[in-house]
Amino acid sequence: MRHIIAMLLENEAGALSRVAGLFSARGYNIESLSVAPTEDPTLSRLTLVTTGSDEIIEQITKQLNKLIDVVRLMELTDGPHIERELLLVKVNAAGNAREEVKRLAEIFRGRIIDVTDKNYTVELTGDGEKLDAFIEALRPSGIVEVVRSGVSGIARGDRSLRVEKTSARATATQD
Amino acid sequence: MELSGADILIRCLQDEGVEYIFGYPGGAALHIYDALYRQDKVKHILVRHEQGAAHAADGYARSTGKAGVALVTSGPGVTNTVTGIATAYMDSSPLVVISGQVPSQLIGQDAFQECDAVGITRPCVKHNFLVKDVKDIAITIKKAFYIATTGRPGPVLVDIPKDITAHKAEYAYPKTISMRSYNPVTKGHPGQIKKAVELILSAKRPMIYTGGGIIWAEAAEELTDFVRLLGYPCTNTLMGLGGYPATDPLFVGMLGMHGTYEANMGTHQSDVLIAIGARFDDRVTGELSKFCPHARIVHVDIDPSSIAKNVPVEVPIVGSAKAVLQELTKAIKATKKKPDAAALKSWWAQINEWRALNCLAYDRKTELIKPQYVLEKLYELTKGQAYVTSDVGQHQMWAAQFYKFDKPRHWINSGGLGTMGFGLPSAMGVQLAHPNKTVACVTGEASIQMCIQELSTCKQYDLPIKIINLNNRYMGMVRQWQEFFYDKRYSHSYMDALPDFERLAEAYGHVGMKIEKPGDVEGALKEALKLKDRLVFMDFITDQAENVFPMIPAGKGHNEIIMSPFLAAAPINRELA
Repeated sequence: MRHIIAMLLENEAGALSRVAGLFSARGYNIESLSVAPTEDPTLSRLTLVTTGSDEIIEQITKQLNKLIDVVRLMELTDGPHIERELLLVKVNAAGNAREEVKRLAEIFRGRIIDVTDKNYTVELTGDGEKLDAFIEALRPSGIVEVVRSGVSGIARGDRSLRVEKTSARATATQD
Repeated sequence: MELSGADILIRCLQDEGVEYIFGYPGGAALHIYDALYRQDKVKHILVRHEQGAAHAADGYARSTGKAGVALVTSGPGVTNTVTGIATAYMDSSPLVVISGQVPSQLIGQDAFQECDAVGITRPCVKHNFLVKDVKDIAITIKKAFYIATTGRPGPVLVDIPKDITAHKAEYAYPKTISMRSYNPVTKGHPGQIKKAVELILSAKRPMIYTGGGIIWAEAAEELTDFVRLLGYPCTNTLMGLGGYPATDPLFVGMLGMHGTYEANMGTHQSDVLIAIGARFDDRVTGELSKFCPHARIVHVDIDPSSIAKNVPVEVPIVGSAKAVLQELTKAIKATKKKPDAAALKSWWAQINEWRALNCLAYDRKTELIKPQYVLEKLYELTKGQAYVTSDVGQHQMWAAQFYKFDKPRHWINSGGLGTMGFGLPSAMGVQLAHPNKTVACVTGEASIQMCIQELSTCKQYDLPIKIINLNNRYMGMVRQWQEFFYDKRYSHSYMDALPDFERLAEAYGHVGMKIEKPGDVEGALKEALKLKDRLVFMDFITDQAENVFPMIPAGKGHNEIIMSPFLAAAPINRELA
């Protein structure tokens, strides 16, 4: 089963490799992974798509929680959520393809963001299936290059993954 | 007043109460070594190889419960500790390893003795740090000790570039630390405790199975109270020996691949299995699909990821073994329900029938020295009071079977990683922590050679370790597997051209002995134990063909155990339930 795990990580050098290393060391799958700092510069948010049985997913979340740099974690697929992925695709736009690609981009609500005599570059966001469908539709025109961001996700409604603003990374006391 | 990073580091160690650090100097660590030279609170033990430093710190940690500290230089200094760090990681031992790193501006330049210490150790540490600012040294060291010693303990590495140890800053060591991303639980969930008590008291054929978690949580006393309150049988894992007194009648011995018949059959046939501070390792469970077919399982562990990792669990309890045992004992005392006395009586009758087979029997009528006999004598002559370290292989299993540990922290061995070479250096750490106690290192001629250079360290610091070398001229456990499972094709398990260990020990300045006849075993051990201030290397020339029994072959169930050919009666094997 496909699962999306979102986590807040200490924004430290090496935190990402601890997560990636855990997956390779224990033989878990990573389908996609995306990470960037949050509004709190001490925290990064990482969204990871993985597959596995319920037992494996339970182990994955426990092992992730065990990493010292993981502050909080949420399995988005446990409840209603929104997932989005960004696609940038450079596609042949010479001859007949020029009109066809423009039409397809409009149908999928993509945007042409760069134009040359030969090529268009199209930007599209959506869930994975939509992006897959767009890529399939473009294929006859001649795809030059595909870039996908990996999934970002957020829970619907009041469910949220956050750390109290006031919480310091580490609090030390002196005598 | 501002101090250099190196002085700050040493002050941190002093303020942390560190007695000993085990280390080896080198370029990137020289500022730190200079700071060590200018003080005398923290004593430095100079090992002969950095692997020895990590194992010695580990032995210190396992025998005291305090963090063991190692100090090494960059590059090969730190890579040599990796085996020791991985050993500590597998057995949840709290180490703080401090490594010098090349100066900050050279990191990534392939500098002399540079390696990515944080990257290399990442998969085998609880956590690690690269210190980038002298102002971060004190808080990083505080965090390192805090992380290493709390929750499920483990090794932490702190990598410090040379320039950082020269930079200056004000020194202040934090008294306490809390981290938003690390909050180990201690107490068990009350609802789960209640469920566990119900299940525990409903048992007809219970088994209490405990591991190293009892030792690390200092929960031996609580476990003893709990077991005696219930009157249930108790088995320990290899790492858990000493967690429950081995001479107590409720103790059924170690379980697992080389566990006793009664422990393995009792576990296999149990209807309620109470696992505390143990992790259902493959050497304990054997083939998972055949493990405990009738049991409903309660599992107490401080590490949530240990629970339901290998075996489905009915009542999981996350918490420290000590706190949870206290809560369980209290709840059992408070409830009106009592253990099922009638069921327990017939269960004990069955266990005693298994026990009567005497599964550890071996051939006593022989001209050859039997390794088991040496260990029985060691147990007798030390009155069960010695600290025993071991290496890895047959001798380790015999020590676990024949030395009856009544107290925790006296049995020190590499159970998880199975590191040959662990025995001697870990014994150094144990002996330094317990200077007036007998420390025996049970080893074999193959394992001892993996860290034999530490005999020199033992001489420098007058460590009177008693080395029991069970010398069968084979890598015995490899030989045993080749005999059983490879049709006696002894591929590279025989070691030709062994050194004369007696003379080798003498060359290092120690007392060497060679013992070749069973009749000389007791006398040699007595003489060695009398030499209170000397290291004695006893080279016992033992039966080459001796095997460890019982044995559950890999991939088999607990009821498919191979028994010693010297049993008085045939094993009894019928499914209950």
